[in-house]
Amino acid sequence: MPNLRQHLTDTLLILAIVLAFTALLLAIVGASPIEAFGHLFKGSFGSWSKFSRVLNVWIPLTLCSLGLLYAFRSGLWNIGVEGQMVLGAIGAAGVLRWGVDSGNPLLMLTLALLAGMLLAALWALLAGWLKTRGGVHEIFAGLGLNFVSMGIILWLIFGPWKRPGIASMSGTEPFPAALWFPTLEGWRVSPFALALTVLAIIITARVLNHSRFGLNLKAVGHNPRAVSLYGLSPQFYLLIGIIISGALAGLAGGLQVSGIYHRLIPAISSGYGYLGLLVVMLANFRLLPIPFIALFFAALNVGSIQLPMMMQLDSSLSGVIQGACVLSALLVFGLRKLKRGRNP
Amino acid sequence: MSDLSLTILLASVLATAAPLIIAALGETITEKVGVINLSLDGSLLLAAMVAFMVAYESGSFTLGFGAAALTGAVIALMIGVFGIYLGQLQVAVGFALTLMCKDLAYFLGNPYSRLQGPQLVAQPIPGLADLPFFGPLLFQQPLVVHLSLLLIPLVWWYFYRTGRGLELRAVGENPEAAYTRGIDPRRKQLFYTLVGGALVGIAGAAFSLGIKPGWGRPQGIEGLGWIALAIVIFGGWHPLKVALGALLFAFLQVVGITLQSLWPSVPAQVFQVAPFPLMILALLLVNLLQREGVQQWLRHRPGLALLVRQLQGRPPRALGQSFRPD
Amino acid sequence: MQIELQQIHKHFGKAHVLKGIDLKVDAGSIHGLVGENGAGKSTLMKILTGYLSRSGGRILLDGEEVECETPAAAAALGIGMLYQEPQDFPPLTVLDNFIVGRDTHPDNHRGRQQARLQNLADQVHFNLDGEAQLEQLTVGERQQLEFLRLLGRDARLLILDEPTTGISDRQKERLFAALHQIRDQGRTILLVSHKLEEVVALCDRVTILRHGEVSGEESAPFHIPRLLALMFDQSPATDAKPQRRAPGDALLWLRNLSASGERTGLHDCNCTIHQGEVVGLAGLSGSGQGLFLRLAAALVQPTAGEVEFHGRSLNRRDHRTMRRLGGCFLPANRLEEGLIAGFTLVDHFTLALRCSRREARAAAERAIDKFRIRGTPDSTADSLSGGNQQRLLLSLIPTGANMVLLENPTRGLDVESAGWVWRYLRKHYAGQGAIVFSSAELDEILAVADRVLVFFDGRVVRDLPMDRVDYQDVAAAMTGN
Repeated sequence: MPNLRQHLTDTLLILAIVLAFTALLLAIVGASPIEAFGHLFKGSFGSWSKFSRVLNVWIPLTLCSLGLLYAFRSGLWNIGVEGQMVLGAIGAAGVLRWGVDSGNPLLMLTLALLAGMLLAALWALLAGWLKTRGGVHEIFAGLGLNFVSMGIILWLIFGPWKRPGIASMSGTEPFPAALWFPTLEGWRVSPFALALTVLAIIITARVLNHSRFGLNLKAVGHNPRAVSLYGLSPQFYLLIGIIISGALAGLAGGLQVSGIYHRLIPAISSGYGYLGLLVVMLANFRLLPIPFIALFFAALNVGSIQLPMMMQLDSSLSGVIQGACVLSALLVFGLRKLKRGRNP
Repeated sequence: MSDLSLTILLASVLATAAPLIIAALGETITEKVGVINLSLDGSLLLAAMVAFMVAYESGSFTLGFGAAALTGAVIALMIGVFGIYLGQLQVAVGFALTLMCKDLAYFLGNPYSRLQGPQLVAQPIPGLADLPFFGPLLFQQPLVVHLSLLLIPLVWWYFYRTGRGLELRAVGENPEAAYTRGIDPRRKQLFYTLVGGALVGIAGAAFSLGIKPGWGRPQGIEGLGWIALAIVIFGGWHPLKVALGALLFAFLQVVGITLQSLWPSVPAQVFQVAPFPLMILALLLVNLLQREGVQQWLRHRPGLALLVRQLQGRPPRALGQSFRPD
Repeated sequence: MQIELQQIHKHFGKAHVLKGIDLKVDAGSIHGLVGENGAGKSTLMKILTGYLSRSGGRILLDGEEVECETPAAAAALGIGMLYQEPQDFPPLTVLDNFIVGRDTHPDNHRGRQQARLQNLADQVHFNLDGEAQLEQLTVGERQQLEFLRLLGRDARLLILDEPTTGISDRQKERLFAALHQIRDQGRTILLVSHKLEEVVALCDRVTILRHGEVSGEESAPFHIPRLLALMFDQSPATDAKPQRRAPGDALLWLRNLSASGERTGLHDCNCTIHQGEVVGLAGLSGSGQGLFLRLAAALVQPTAGEVEFHGRSLNRRDHRTMRRLGGCFLPANRLEEGLIAGFTLVDHFTLALRCSRREARAAAERAIDKFRIRGTPDSTADSLSGGNQQRLLLSLIPTGANMVLLENPTRGLDVESAGWVWRYLRKHYAGQGAIVFSSAELDEILAVADRVLVFFDGRVVRDLPMDRVDYQDVAAAMTGN
């Protein structure tokens, strides 16, 4: 299978470039690359508890990446996924605050996640509408809305939803344990959230690659002018694509609130939306590699938390490695394209 | 408002606008030749960090600015090589670079965080600084302000009054046709992408060595790169209008700070994000004005139509598409 | 300058487009290069100007071997080309367009350049305003400007690729006069065309290409049937036009319709299309025909007036409804507007028929068979040749369609394929409904249509049944006379 071999060579080549670049960077700041990589690895895969932390990052990152895939299929750069995640968190937190005394936690949690997805989908729809109706490029619309959503969440935490007494960056009052997303005894990551994510992967695979809806979405992304001739409305599919994208990001945000932090905090999205864009680019806009790349990126994020304590390095090293991965992938894919063009 | 405070207000608008003008004009040059450098938000930050680091270690502003320009150019080189020569999506390369440069700046700049470092101070120009109004406005400012103001007519003159500027615009409109006329569009694109990137780098240095001195995480200029990109669209890819957009934005920012102290009941967060919905509204307005219905309505109002025509701009036709001969 | 090409080869991917071309052009002559669409004329010329690289062969100028790797190199050797599609910069002014380029005088003084432009224009009796925006010019004027640039840079060899496409008769006359004038100055001209009457009128010698090979060479005076025999495998059978039927019920009404777009827009158009009609839209390219078709297909929003199809008003860009009622539009830019690059035949049928993939595969197989598409159900649309893309588009027309709107349906097809397309369309769609088509070739319209609408400057200036059509009159109306 030459195809598989080519993928493997590409992957190894990308990793080699990234490794060399990172080692060089660490050498510049006078740190030992071996030690740093060791800490990254131990910090993420060193124990079951650390690996659970990785999985807790993997869940929202994968959900955001899956969502992005829908938008990319229809040809949209949904950079607003970050803000959509924030709105999802806000929606979920709003329902949970309202339902604190309801006495039916399961219903409230379900409602919370649904509300998060709905709010995030509407937020995404706004970006899509600005694009299709207003002619505002989705990158700028999405980005602007991201900053606005940051403003909204800060305003809520410091204003109407502030903790009794003092408002602070530590977020709102935590919810009672009954309203936490269910997990199993002794598990630091909720198996139900994991199952939900895996289900989302399976559904996405089915919808994007084997349904007529997926084909229509892809057709719009490939040639929005031609699809009108087949009786499809490109605007409809663009909007649907970005709505699904937003809903999945909203689910990620809702899970962050109900399953991880149990309250609303300013950094609830943790940059997973932007990181999701890198995941999808590194996956070359294909579904299959996404869960694995997301796991790798999640491990980097969690592992790098050790660096400031152990080596006095900034934890942003993980972001540098992730960016380097995507850039070297673009380099390798680009060189391959060039080579193919030269000898057909 | 008294004369004095108006002067101070306008002077601080000019100072706030200076790095934005430089960055937005740099991006205008890049986009006019048909390339999108989306990495501004990251490259401004990385260049700011490098400028501070180099100036701190060497004590030389020249070296600081030089290193920042080089940083911006190297980032632009990656956009150029990946986008122009390897045929990758320029937007994808730019976005990955945005995120990476930001993290790289935090990572490498960690040891220089919150240090007291060199800072460009206002240099009163003897003789002119004592002029009423214009003295404080123009001649008691750091050098970057003068640089930004000089750059505006310079870029305009280069675009519209020189042969090389004509070639630049021609490549951005139709690289194939430029190629048939003996111009190498890819070399032109790479060159001006580097020039634009270097200007973005200088803008970064203007922040960390002048307008927002020092280095830290956060630096306080996060998000401004995106604003600069939006200003280029708002300015219709025309240097004068782009500069005007940057000045307008700086004006709103300065006024916003004043307003914030006037209404303490409004949470600070609202003022901090205010520029971004304004950016969306501005882009929306520019687009809606081009609608057929609006245009028809304007046909009966010649005065307004003239104003709108001045506001409108068309992107270079080949913007973001990579040209490949044969 | 004397030009000699020896054994030029060109491969595009797997396709071998030029199979060893030998061509010799004498200094100070007008040499014609003719052949049907796709014979390789344009490719050969683009190699000579360095726009395309060659896969093999030698180029000799005045007996010396040269490399023409880039347009810059070719320009330095004195080779200049007038491309079929103007290679210029519409948002810039006429003077800017005249100045820009490394192939010409490196002088940026606008006053002096304006004087040069004026001087050149006077020499060949063209009339151009240097300060006008280029996008406000007609294609013919844009071509005149490029021609002046070539004259101004003292090109010793001028290559003209289909220079009369889309220009008026008057512009054509001026161009031909200018060509004779510069030939007499001792320059060499290579004229690429598939319009034999032009070649015969202008050229001293003619080389004929067929399927990427030289099939013959002739000197003036020319014998047209002989040229035709060398161009085509068999001389094209003129399609016997079927008996004209009386038109049936009205299907489509356009009332006081106006829209903006293309170059001219469309102004106040009134027209009714009946069942059984084959309507040809004549006019110089971009005179409003494309807009007419897109309005009729409910793909473009009119600024005034209305479209009614089967009694339903279709003013809101509602191509879906149009399609459901039996309407169908095939654009000229197949890959840009009609097909989806990267999608396979099966994908296309799934989209068009809204069916399962299994049914779509069966439909694709049937279409390959019936329409003789050279490809498999899993070939992507962009891997098909232009003719096969057109066949694919035709096969996607729903069987019950009663209003088939076609934009330049035979563009890029050879005569044989074009004949097949017309026989197919007439047989399947002219009976149950109507066919409306535009074409750049007046001859095709006169041969196929039973009613002609003539467009000029965004207006329908003639609406004639075929028995009242006079060639000279239509040709004159197309150019505004």
